[in-house]
Amino acid sequence: MASNAPTNLPSADMPRQNMPRLSLHVPEPKFRPGDAVDFADVDVPPAGSARRPDTAEAASQFTDLAYTLVRVLDEQNQAVGPWNPQLSPDKMRRMLRHMATVRAFDERMFRAQRQGKTSFYMKSLGEEAVAVAGAHALDNDDMCFPSYRQQGLLIARGCPMVDMMNQIYSNKGDKLQGKQLPIMYSEKRFGFFSISGNLTTQYPQAVGWAMASASKGDTKIAATWCGEGSTAEGDFHSALTFATVYRAPVIFNVVNNQWAISSFSGFAGAEATTFAARAVGYGIAGLRVDGNDALAVYAATAWAAERARTNAGPTLIEHFTYRTEGHSTSDDPTQYRSAGEPTAWPLGDPITRLKDHLIALGEWDDERQAAMDREVAEEVKAAQKEAEKNGILGHGLHQPLDSLFDGVFEDMPWHLKEQRQQMIDEEEASGRPWARK
Amino acid sequence: MADTQSAVSEQVPQDGADQASETARMNMIQAINSAMDVMMARDAGVVVMGEDVGYFGGVFRATAGLQKKYGKTRVFDTPITECGIIGVAVGMGAYGLRPVPEIQFADYIYPALDQLVSEAARLRYRSSGEFTAPITVRSPFGGGIFGGQTHSQSPEGLFTHMSGIKTVIPSTPYDAKGLLIAAIEDNDPTIFFEPKRIYNGPFNGHWDRPAENWSKHPAGAVPEGYYKIPLGKANVVREGQAVTMLAYGTMVHVCAQVVADTGVDAEIIDLRTLVPLDIETIEASVKKTGRCLIVHEATRTAGFGAELSALVQERCFYHLEAPVERVTGFDTPYPHSLEWAYFPGPVRIGQALKKILKD
Repeated sequence: MASNAPTNLPSADMPRQNMPRLSLHVPEPKFRPGDAVDFADVDVPPAGSARRPDTAEAASQFTDLAYTLVRVLDEQNQAVGPWNPQLSPDKMRRMLRHMATVRAFDERMFRAQRQGKTSFYMKSLGEEAVAVAGAHALDNDDMCFPSYRQQGLLIARGCPMVDMMNQIYSNKGDKLQGKQLPIMYSEKRFGFFSISGNLTTQYPQAVGWAMASASKGDTKIAATWCGEGSTAEGDFHSALTFATVYRAPVIFNVVNNQWAISSFSGFAGAEATTFAARAVGYGIAGLRVDGNDALAVYAATAWAAERARTNAGPTLIEHFTYRTEGHSTSDDPTQYRSAGEPTAWPLGDPITRLKDHLIALGEWDDERQAAMDREVAEEVKAAQKEAEKNGILGHGLHQPLDSLFDGVFEDMPWHLKEQRQQMIDEEEASGRPWARK
Repeated sequence: MADTQSAVSEQVPQDGADQASETARMNMIQAINSAMDVMMARDAGVVVMGEDVGYFGGVFRATAGLQKKYGKTRVFDTPITECGIIGVAVGMGAYGLRPVPEIQFADYIYPALDQLVSEAARLRYRSSGEFTAPITVRSPFGGGIFGGQTHSQSPEGLFTHMSGIKTVIPSTPYDAKGLLIAAIEDNDPTIFFEPKRIYNGPFNGHWDRPAENWSKHPAGAVPEGYYKIPLGKANVVREGQAVTMLAYGTMVHVCAQVVADTGVDAEIIDLRTLVPLDIETIEASVKKTGRCLIVHEATRTAGFGAELSALVQERCFYHLEAPVERVTGFDTPYPHSLEWAYFPGPVRIGQALKKILKD
């Protein structure tokens, strides 16, 4: 301490005598590796207990819905309450099949990465209902701004699995020309915006798209997804601010799967509030939904879509779910959480729950489920075979060498042409046999 | 200051200009306003957005009258969130609009860097052309106005370093309108930095002399209709034999004044577009003169001048008769009271010219 500093002020050495020392709270998840798991304190309100407001209700009236859970499927596998979307058995069977397909696709691509056929993959195990039921509740021309864990949108919208796998393999059938990391799809024809590695950047972009649609007097809406961890990004705040200011026809989905890589949701603020409750402060309708209940996800999405389409404004939906698998093929969840968590998760498995509902209705049985699982596994396998005809990443480059320079700008400027020529000259001098355009 | 004025010569309209268009006297603000007006009338997809740009018409008046003319859905005020402004513009571009977002000062563009660098600049590349970001980000930049640390910066080097973005900086009202129209029509994301020191007149670096305005300057005569100046084309402002001076924005006028003051027969090139750069014009000039002086306001280390210096050295090495020199802002934050010590003005440029000609 400098000699002329006042000595009568508190310091770290001599704090205020009449006050307790301050303490810094650093959140800690309940269970770490080796711990027994008990999710008894996860509040799971009964199915059917949440009210279903009019889609035009003022955003200020949603506080209760931001702290409960919209649930439709009850413990007896019945669809109950005001949010029951009353879907036909055919529609539910299509949703079930799409979810099963996503799971089979994930399983096969995860294994392909382990076999060295590609560099990277991310599963959505346990979260299939969020994307698939969401896609079924939207129209196909509504624009989706997904994060990297909504592959179910593509499956549900009919994107050929071969095309998805071509991208994963960066092979010669990859229409992104091997420029993107696996699973960073771009599928404009299926209303699926180019995925970026930078988290939550798609949030304000979705708002902009929705604002453009509104300013043009269009009828299309936008929907976007991010994880609960990504809600901490500044773009989340700017997106919600823009959306409320201009009453943009957009649906914000927060997929709260409890984990952002190794950080539990407490590091995104979950200890103090819900993610749906964030909407309240922005003047946006907020719904908190059982994300493993496909019917609840469908109902909430359809509700939000109607709200958006009738110019009543944006909605934020928190999908309360659980990331059953590791974050990615580069992650080992046993290093930071208890291995018992996925099976102990109180909201169960989304595929099992919809299957059991259809069985309870007399519209499905275990034999048909098993046959469907075999069929989708065969479809995925056949697609993989087809995709691998175009090559796998492990077998080197599948794109013409000089395509590396395509698409930086609409027209290639001189400096890129020069660099392209330099690359070709260097490769020729080296004698490497890579193809050129 | 007649010398300065004649140095920046009058332009002939190029590339689809409406020859019947009347010419009016405009300052740079009015020219920029006119460019947006022309483009909004031509293309219903052009929308203007930013902090205070709507009803109020912008803190520099660049968007005055546009909301009244085109309505609130095409010219609108935004919340104070730069990452939101650019992120929303990218989404509007993906829908099919042609947004012209404004960042009030270039010093405040940093919150939007992620959206500009990670999104706008890469969208075409990462989607193999499925999605594009045809946005034009206007932002006042540069010092010389006692703006202190956060109203004076020249961050062009951040953007020239990022592949996928074009960077444009005009130096006259005529160029500002023609370049802005070209930028808005361009299908790639463009950063359009407006040197706010010369919004009202061609500042020559002599801060202790009376300010000039654009009313008598040849390049203050601006066609009222549509014309454009192609991106990637420099302007040889003054032909000369002794040394090549590379500059853009305000510094073009300072260089011209130094040449007028010293009588050095310099060739002054206004780069106008930094990416893509008009390398042919630069190369031809330096090969002719054998000497090159680079001038910019931005800080020195890893500034755009370093790229220019490297390019000249690589391409003109055997023609160079002296080392390539740079006169730039110092590697410090932009100071307030010491502004004229920081600003690369006539004294510093004059000394550098003397040095480079001595060798």
